[in-house]
Amino acid sequence: MNAAPAVPAIRVADIRKSFQDLEVLRGVDLEVARGSVFALLGSNGAGKTTLIRILSTLLRADGGTAEIDGHDVATDSAEVRAAISLTGQFAAVDGQLSGRENLVLIARLRHQRDPGAIADALLARFDLTEAAGRKVATYSGGMRRRLDIAMSLIGSPSVVFLDEPTTGLDPQSRLEVWATVRGLADGGTTVLLTTQTLDEAEHLADRIAILHEGRILVEGALDELQRVLPVAEPVHVAQQPSLEDVFLALVGDQRSSKETAA
Amino acid sequence: MTATAMSVPGAPARTRFFADSAVLTGRSLRHILRSPDTIITTAIMPVAFMLLFVFVLGGAIDAGSDSYVRYQLPGILLITVASGISYTAYRLFLDMQSGIFERFQSMPIARSSVLWAHVLTSLVANLVSLVIVVGVALLIGFRSGAGVLAWLAVAGIMVLFTLALTWLAVIPGLTAKSVEGASAFSYPLIFLPLVSSAFVPTDSMPGPVRWFAEVQPVTPIVNTLRALLEERPVGGDIWIALAWVLGILVASILGTTAAYRRRIA
Ligand SMILES: Nc1ncnc2c1ncn2[C@@H]1O[C@H](COP(=O)(O)OP(=O)(O)OP(=O)(O)O)[C@@H](O)[C@H]1O
Ligand SMILES: [Mg+2]
Repeated sequence: MNAAPAVPAIRVADIRKSFQDLEVLRGVDLEVARGSVFALLGSNGAGKTTLIRILSTLLRADGGTAEIDGHDVATDSAEVRAAISLTGQFAAVDGQLSGRENLVLIARLRHQRDPGAIADALLARFDLTEAAGRKVATYSGGMRRRLDIAMSLIGSPSVVFLDEPTTGLDPQSRLEVWATVRGLADGGTTVLLTTQTLDEAEHLADRIAILHEGRILVEGALDELQRVLPVAEPVHVAQQPSLEDVFLALVGDQRSSKETAA
Repeated sequence: MTATAMSVPGAPARTRFFADSAVLTGRSLRHILRSPDTIITTAIMPVAFMLLFVFVLGGAIDAGSDSYVRYQLPGILLITVASGISYTAYRLFLDMQSGIFERFQSMPIARSSVLWAHVLTSLVANLVSLVIVVGVALLIGFRSGAGVLAWLAVAGIMVLFTLALTWLAVIPGLTAKSVEGASAFSYPLIFLPLVSSAFVPTDSMPGPVRWFAEVQPVTPIVNTLRALLEERPVGGDIWIALAWVLGILVASILGTTAAYRRRIA
């Protein structure tokens, strides 16, 4: 691509965002290497969705800078939108149209040459061929989610944001989405995803970051995070701490951390 | 991976705006085709009003006109548009709720084309409703000797009026917190023609009501349309009418821009 290989796919520096008095992001820094899968963890309300909305030019930050492929999200938002694709936390599909029509619509908006063929290929890949002609309003939650993700892959974006992509999916669909994410990364696409299931981050991500109280608390590969917890507690004899242990140790139980803060 | 063809490189922004608006307008027109009841409901209320005025109240109203059907038609046409645009707010609200609006906004398309698509769809839907209402008027005896130019002027004013009210409807569509909120704003708009020259001459009204009826925008618009249909000169009313319509249009577009900015701030 035109950006030099040294430029990270995503660079976030000191991003701040408040909603009225609520300081959600208080200086977030992170870098995501091209072609890698980066998982962002955080409790409910930590600001994961807010960060993704800033990176996908839907929301303006109060301070700091963020770049996608070297383009600033605030000043070069058109270039940023050309590079990215967003699968938001809640499936963003058109319920009045059929699944195939949704895909054709996005393919046409992305100025693809053969929208029909693209739609058919994605329907097959996401196991939606049988439901292709049905109104999406009649789809199950998991089917909507798969359609939603399929819509985000059209046009081969170089950076893909997936906000809780597997929430509400059955185990098999979850594995399919995992395979898709791996396939994207192998093909050179950068993936930034958020998730609530820590084993998803463990299985999928090259690097993991924990967003807590408006900042990135820790960031690293799984084994680096596991080293944060020096020794596993005696109960887990000779076991590596799981990511869940690391997460809970760092973020703490919400209730007990509030008590200690008081 | 699926072989997704390369995107057409460097299409100029302007062609992209038109192409994207066309695709998105096609999408929302398809919504309407799938639920044609929205157009029919839009037409039912004004038709009911028309039947009420012509057959129930009309005999008692001294409008000084040889045809009351023709006299009241302009007001009914404005009511048709006022009720039709609440569907625009509703459809836009649903797009905001479902998240598809944000999906479009995160894509490399002309951002304003998403709103223009709703506006153009509203124009088409309202014109269809207007044709239905005029059709019913013809059935119950509406006749006009107005020439092609006068009819074009009527159509032009209705198109401008629809555009102005549609952009006004975009604001609650973008900002409403509930479905009711998205469409409730149109109720006063439906009510305005009742307190204007649309159904009874304003000089039959008591002082303050008459003052309101004469300063509000519906009266000059109705007077202009009526003059055109009755083959009379339109006089100064047309300029007051155009000033109102263009004023509402500009104010609504500014209001929309502000509402949109606030959303992404
Ligand atoms: N538009 C908004 N106006 C006011 N507050 C907001 C807005 N958007 C988000 N917030 C608040 O910002 C905080 C962070 O929200 P956000 O959706 O980013 O969290 P999250 O990490 O994605 O949480 P979850 O895991 O539940 O999805 C929350 O307290 C939320 O209420
Ligand atoms: Mg979220």
